[in-house]
Amino acid sequence: MLTFALRRLLLAIPTLIFISLVIFLLLEASPGDPLADVPLTVPPEVKERMREALGLGEPWHIRYALWLKQFFWVEPLHWFDQIFGTSFSQGMQRVISFQSRSPVFDVIAERVPQTLTVVGMSYLIGVLIAIPIGIISAYRQYSWFDQIGTFISMVGFSLPTFFTGVVLIIIFGIKLQWFPSIYDTTHRVTDWDSFVQQIRQMVMPVTVLALYNAAQISRFMRASMLDNLRQDYVRTARAKGLAERVVVLKHVLRNSLIPVVTVIALGLPAVFGGAIVTEQVFKVNGLGQLLILAIHGNDIPMVMTLTFIFAILIVGFTLIADLLYGILDPRIRYE
Amino acid sequence: MNDPLSAANAAGLPSELPDEPTTPPRSQWRDIWRQFRNHHGAMIALVLFVSILLFVLIGPLLWTIEPTYVDIRARNQGFSWAHPLGTDQLGRDMLARLMAGGRVSLAVGLTAMSIALTLGSLIGILSGYFRGLDAPLMRLTELFLALPLLPLLLLMVTLFREPLGKALGPAGGIFLLIVSAIGVTSWMQTARIVRGEVLGLKEREFMLAAKSIGTPIHRMVLRHVLPNVLSPIMVAATLGIATAIITESALSFLGLGFPPDFPTWGRLLYDAVDQMQQFPWRVVLPGLCISLTVLSVNYIGDGLRDAMDPRIRGR
Amino acid sequence: MRLKFLMLGAASAALMAPVAHAERGSDGQLNIIMWQAPSTMNIYLSGGTKELIASSAVLEPLAGSMPDGTLFPRLASEIPTLENGGIAEDLKSVTWKLREGVKWSDGTPFTADDVVFSAQYCMDPTGGCAQLAKFEGVEKVEAVDPLTVKISFAAPQPDPYSAFVGSQAPVIQKAQFEACIGEKAPTCTEQNFGPIGTGPFKVTSFKTNDVITFEANPEYRDASKPAFASLTMKGGGDAAAAARSVLETGEFDYAWNTQLAPDVISGMEAAGKGKVQAAFGSLVERIHVNLTNASSDLPEGERSTTAHPHPFLTDIAVRKALSMAIDRALLVEIGYGPAGQPTCNYVPAPAAWASDNTDCLQQDIEGAKKLLDEAGWTVGGDGIREKDGQRLSLLYQTSVNAVRQDFQALIKQWWQEIGVETELKTVDASVFFGGDAGSPDTFQKFYADVEMYANNFEGGNPAPYLAKFTCDKAPGPDNQWQGENVSRYCDPEFDKLVAQMATIVDPAERGKLGQKLNEMLTKESYAIIPLVYRGTASAVSNTLGNVQINGWDSELWNVADWTRTAQ
Repeated sequence: MLTFALRRLLLAIPTLIFISLVIFLLLEASPGDPLADVPLTVPPEVKERMREALGLGEPWHIRYALWLKQFFWVEPLHWFDQIFGTSFSQGMQRVISFQSRSPVFDVIAERVPQTLTVVGMSYLIGVLIAIPIGIISAYRQYSWFDQIGTFISMVGFSLPTFFTGVVLIIIFGIKLQWFPSIYDTTHRVTDWDSFVQQIRQMVMPVTVLALYNAAQISRFMRASMLDNLRQDYVRTARAKGLAERVVVLKHVLRNSLIPVVTVIALGLPAVFGGAIVTEQVFKVNGLGQLLILAIHGNDIPMVMTLTFIFAILIVGFTLIADLLYGILDPRIRYE
Repeated sequence: MNDPLSAANAAGLPSELPDEPTTPPRSQWRDIWRQFRNHHGAMIALVLFVSILLFVLIGPLLWTIEPTYVDIRARNQGFSWAHPLGTDQLGRDMLARLMAGGRVSLAVGLTAMSIALTLGSLIGILSGYFRGLDAPLMRLTELFLALPLLPLLLLMVTLFREPLGKALGPAGGIFLLIVSAIGVTSWMQTARIVRGEVLGLKEREFMLAAKSIGTPIHRMVLRHVLPNVLSPIMVAATLGIATAIITESALSFLGLGFPPDFPTWGRLLYDAVDQMQQFPWRVVLPGLCISLTVLSVNYIGDGLRDAMDPRIRGR
Repeated sequence: MRLKFLMLGAASAALMAPVAHAERGSDGQLNIIMWQAPSTMNIYLSGGTKELIASSAVLEPLAGSMPDGTLFPRLASEIPTLENGGIAEDLKSVTWKLREGVKWSDGTPFTADDVVFSAQYCMDPTGGCAQLAKFEGVEKVEAVDPLTVKISFAAPQPDPYSAFVGSQAPVIQKAQFEACIGEKAPTCTEQNFGPIGTGPFKVTSFKTNDVITFEANPEYRDASKPAFASLTMKGGGDAAAAARSVLETGEFDYAWNTQLAPDVISGMEAAGKGKVQAAFGSLVERIHVNLTNASSDLPEGERSTTAHPHPFLTDIAVRKALSMAIDRALLVEIGYGPAGQPTCNYVPAPAAWASDNTDCLQQDIEGAKKLLDEAGWTVGGDGIREKDGQRLSLLYQTSVNAVRQDFQALIKQWWQEIGVETELKTVDASVFFGGDAGSPDTFQKFYADVEMYANNFEGGNPAPYLAKFTCDKAPGPDNQWQGENVSRYCDPEFDKLVAQMATIVDPAERGKLGQKLNEMLTKESYAIIPLVYRGTASAVSNTLGNVQINGWDSELWNVADWTRTAQ
């Protein structure tokens, strides 16, 4: 297992570099212009100058090499300097966003807290709700609980968040005025009142996202439980006189977790990617909003950096999922 | 061999199942159909799904108002005999738009979902079953997961819109482009899930037994692997339809989808969100259509899976 | 010359004189929502309107524009004119007298050196300054004395009010930006996000594309202003959400750019918390007619170039008929409500330049049919007109935008009625307005027959805006498709008049010539079919006082005067 993990980690490096190259070429080839936002009143000659100032005059391979250098060399040096007060990175250009002309990592650092609190919390809640619902729904298949759970999760999944979010805002933000319709990213939790305020502003976005995530995970949980409940080993375990609780929660659940682990492992990097629509509806301005603005503005350094971090997380979490498979089902072996 | 499961794999067309020629030796289809009929939820869902299909396919023949016809004097109207479901902000008939939109949304949803499922299951099974293919296929999956979708879609449209439009006509070209764009960008989850299941499955005793008696690989996959990973595939199918219908509407906001006056359910829903307070039915109707479709496909999928499971068949 | 401007400016300045009760910071907190969030505070590094609004709370130019388009002095003590000697007789220089006693928010004095430096900063060839056009023709900027700045031009400038006029070209502090000139500009994040200014507010924190907080500038020249102690500018969401937060929940006081369908707005206004106001500048939504052939049968590089004239849009009868079939009043009613007016002009303002052309305002379907009949376009079997085997079938493209898509559907129907078939196409705005020469979908490439978008000009001088339609500015492979004459309009007479414009000084005469140019583009050639004169709409809470929305400058041009009023 350890050698497998090590080998995968080593293999991840060329994989990631290849992925970064593909992403870069994709961004290069896709149509769009970093200066599309600039009003039409700015004449083309000036735009040409601005383009040069962004470094777009250079051919693509030079810009790609520059990005690699900035990402893998200058940025770590800069952090090293920050921590130890040294000045190795003096005079070196960090990865700079086209839109704001500020270092990409500073902006990302600014956005991580709100994304983790809102999107991360909603994912956590989604998982915590989904697993018990999935288990009970499968164990009591076609009971009222199952029927209602199925109904809510299918409706929850088929209605997009741009719709459910606005419905919540209209009901709870405007009509009842219980929760603020706009998320305040400058809010700091210092005492009980500000904590309550923070909870109030999180309720709606977290509900919308948690519903959506829970719907998906609970369906996979239920299906997988159903499959396993019908297996021969369950009958054997029951025949052996094991308590029903042990049979279901220990044997069946453990064997049913593989698809759920896969779905969650794919979902966790997405937490970092933020929730584009929900962030927009509630004005959370996290990483999702950052990414979509960067894509619309063709802010190549920003998109490149964000998607690359995303790629690292994907590679990491698929590895974790693969290792978990081995733990959940010892028959799965990797040599 | 006429394998039932590959047909079921293309789920969403379960209404065709009964018409499928029954293979005489085992009459498996009849068994499944009998079992399926006993599943109340699935039968109701089947009826519902067929009526939705009839609504969008036959409806426009009976209700002949053009969905794109602008009657500006009749805008923002409520329910009436002339417009049973009212009109939108330009006076276009909502009933006609829902029917026309449903054709597109259902076609896109079902086709894109089938593409994604086929791709996903194929890659998942190959990489789970054949150790040598695992690493390259999973790295490919990671690559696709990491690619930013928007630029990818923009690129696809730029490259292929005109050539495809020329070859297949504007509507056909865009349809093909959209379903393949959605299909190609949404198979990864299915692939990962199927692979995870197959990894465990292939170490099970019955697999080893089948292998030891020299079962050929294609039969191993079709007979023993596929049936046992069917339930997560079914779930992915129902979720996939909903995602495809919504993604199609997201594509049209980017100018990548059908021409702007062409209605689809996702788009009708999105366009009406701003006016939710004044004209609530305009969001409710398309939302209801999408939810009903997804719900009915879900129950049909449940029924099918139960019907195909030999352990509970005839219970 | 321009005396009128000065007088009006002075008069309005008097009108805006401090309200008696005011005291700095007495009205607490002001909340503004900008659903498109500002990405930087340094307007020289970004040309965007959202950044313009944010930076105008802090940075000031020498002179700004009033809502009616006239100039008023900000950091200057008066507007230079020929009469007061501020503008040289040969029109080759302009001398600005600076206001005395102005201090930067860090307490240091504002001097002519800062103005000179700001010009150097933007005119640096490696800086990529977005506002370079404001400094076009400027040869030298020098400080005559600490309170006098002289701007010299290479050639006589009939309109010298460009550099340092309007919030696009403000004065930045030399001491702060000295190390940030040229290539170093983007490395100065701290400066770009927190410029020291002379305006009513100063930045306390800046989160790019998210939220900016400001507090009242303690050194602001009017001790009683601004009335608000702090200002928060929140970004994110969409236009509907922004309008809702002002008009329905009252969480915010002011929402910028709330362009929504009129019935949505009136529904929100019914809550009684605020109103939507529109500022009219020079923005016109129009249809450009492609006079060249965009057919995909032509080889790449020859599509939509002057080498291949359009098969039927070169017939003026067709273009005129297309225009006649449109009911502009209805378009306004559906799409813009009070934030739009029907127009037949490419240049809708200022008054001296706007032609009194109103022929197009009345929809005339029958007239259009007759015109096409007379031109030999006969209705074919499928209801579409044709002549010599050429069908009147159009591809009509625009950017993705709910109002534009409604317009497309309506116009398609009207054109259908006169026997013209229309296929609609939409393109993502970031592709459509981006100048990517490799993309087939940009508005400059114009691989379609007609296209719709809006454009405007800055400041009070439409001459450069009109000059975009000379023959040599048609986009094509030789200028990397960057030209601005998207219609590929080419009339030697027009080019001659544009050249003549550069030599005329008298404002009345310039306006008259401008009207002629405008009419050549619109009612004489129908190369451009104007639709709607658009304002920019903003939602304003009923508890805000002294808000004067401005279409010619930043909407926060007078934020120093805003107050909180009891509702």
